Amino acid sequence: MTGTPRIWPLVLILAIFSTPLVIMYLYQIIDSVASPDPGSLIPGELDLSNWRFLWERIDSGRPTIWQVTFNTFLFASTTAFLVTLLSTTAGYALSRLNMPGRPYFLGGLIILHAFPTITLIIAIFIILQALGLFDTLLGIILVKAALELPFGVWIMKGFYDTVPWEIEMAGVQDGASRFRVWWELVMPQVKPGLAALLIISFLSGWSEFVLPLVLAPGSSTQVLSTFMNAVIQDDATADFGLFKAIGMYYSIPVIVIYLIFQKQLMNIYGGGTKG
Amino acid sequence: MELRLEKFTKAFGPVTVIQDMDLTVGSGEMMALLGPSGCGKSTTLFAICGIHKMTGGRLYFGDRDVTSVPAQQRSVGVVFQNYALYPHMTAEQNIGFPLKVMRQPKAEIAKEVQRLADLVQIGDLLDRRPAQLSGGQQQRVALARAMIRKPDVLLLDEPLANLDAKLRLEMRAEIRRIQRETGITAILVTHDQVEAMSMCDRIALMRDGKIVQLDTPERMYADPASQFVAGFLGNPPISFLPARAGEQLAIGQSQVLPRPAGLEVQGDIVLGIRPEHFGPQHGQGLHGEVIFVEPQGREELVDVQLDGGGILRAILPTGDPVKLGDRVNWGVSGGNILAFSTEGVRL
Repeated sequence: MTGTPRIWPLVLILAIFSTPLVIMYLYQIIDSVASPDPGSLIPGELDLSNWRFLWERIDSGRPTIWQVTFNTFLFASTTAFLVTLLSTTAGYALSRLNMPGRPYFLGGLIILHAFPTITLIIAIFIILQALGLFDTLLGIILVKAALELPFGVWIMKGFYDTVPWEIEMAGVQDGASRFRVWWELVMPQVKPGLAALLIISFLSGWSEFVLPLVLAPGSSTQVLSTFMNAVIQDDATADFGLFKAIGMYYSIPVIVIYLIFQKQLMNIYGGGTKG
Repeated sequence: MELRLEKFTKAFGPVTVIQDMDLTVGSGEMMALLGPSGCGKSTTLFAICGIHKMTGGRLYFGDRDVTSVPAQQRSVGVVFQNYALYPHMTAEQNIGFPLKVMRQPKAEIAKEVQRLADLVQIGDLLDRRPAQLSGGQQQRVALARAMIRKPDVLLLDEPLANLDAKLRLEMRAEIRRIQRETGITAILVTHDQVEAMSMCDRIALMRDGKIVQLDTPERMYADPASQFVAGFLGNPPISFLPARAGEQLAIGQSQVLPRPAGLEVQGDIVLGIRPEHFGPQHGQGLHGEVIFVEPQGREELVDVQLDGGGILRAILPTGDPVKLGDRVNWGVSGGNILAFSTEGVRL
């Protein structure tokens, strides 16, 4: 720690900018179990009634929290699984196979990745409507997976690019088929990328808001983000305590996943993104 | 098993890298494909192991035509320059992988792995992963993996390039010992003439996609077919000296050497004189000044600027009292002078 005196100004600047964030997080946690007077910053006494959504319906018109959680989990995990599965094969093809039009495909991927998805929402709406997938979980799963794919394919291609060619040549020379070489020799090398992509696309699905809001507005397909949105919008008198408690409930899995998988997530920035 | 390449041609798109190359490697022979980078030696290797498709020509292992046999079904073991070990497997799993692919019973695999591990002397390292092995040990694992299927041919692609100097010396002898012990037909691809000369029975020296000379190391060294071959083999390298052939060989402005016996040609030629054939031990005849001395321990390299033009290199035992700037009058071993035309063809 030879440079300690010099980093103090930096720490100060960072502190100034991050204090509002820290305060926000702090009150998010505190207010979910407290009942302050309106407009007051003093937490008041401990109040667990904000968490009542866990054991009862908030009001009769809404699905239970468990139904909504299940929807969210199904949506996020199926999306993540689809994205990872397709990216794994597509990334390999783009990294290794010499197919016609490959450079254009790669360029297209980048453009797709950069494209603001919200501009597509009306077209997607019409397509889902025509397919009869409007207001279904399957519909938003397909849309979300499709929109996540360019990112996933690009990341996986980056990981495959770091695997030496010679490993594949050696495998072929050892008598293994191309498929077996891919599955048994190359895949283990890109496992970190696979794990990271799976987690990232799960989290992205978990926090998705716009797609379910627009494309699956019905109450049977509600996910946590749209559930929260409904709670804050519909009530005549907004119950902020309840809202914050649901918010906490919504973020806990994300925090837990980050804590457990930090190392895997870092991989994507470590070795994976070499285009 | 004998390996035969007939009229082998390889083109990448419009660029033809190798045209109509013929090469026969005898059974149990170790052959070097030697040449500067870009000469087509690795291309040839990849065509033999089946990674590259041949554009034209045929390839035989023994009597079997394997030209269109996919790489998986050719019986070829390859050691890659970076070893290409599977990082997620232990040494044992690495060596056993080819047999696992062939669905051999586990006990059989374990027995074979042990046999190969003993051959390459890594029996006690089998449960380590490649990252836990040194370069030389990784090399041995790669060698064992390449040999476990008892392949018809063993291909070595610059196997020593990634090792440090001392280990290289050791592995050079090791690879040769293993090749001799197993009697396997082997091809060594290298750009290092010392490796080629010390390890192989014969050398195919390649340049621009052609074999310029195919011979035993000794004959190739003593009797090179061209100036390129003479310049490529030998360390320290040969010196070339422009000369004019008349009654005698005129060198530079003022000096002459006697004509070697059997040299018919008249006019401008190039002489090739190896360092060991120039020096005080060969009498006198050429005057010059020492312009460079490089001690190498057992011997030292001396560059001599000849009066009237030209530089010759000599190799002398250490202890010879030669200093920078000394005037010398040294001789040349006349029978060992190599003569080339100005186009580089041996005369």
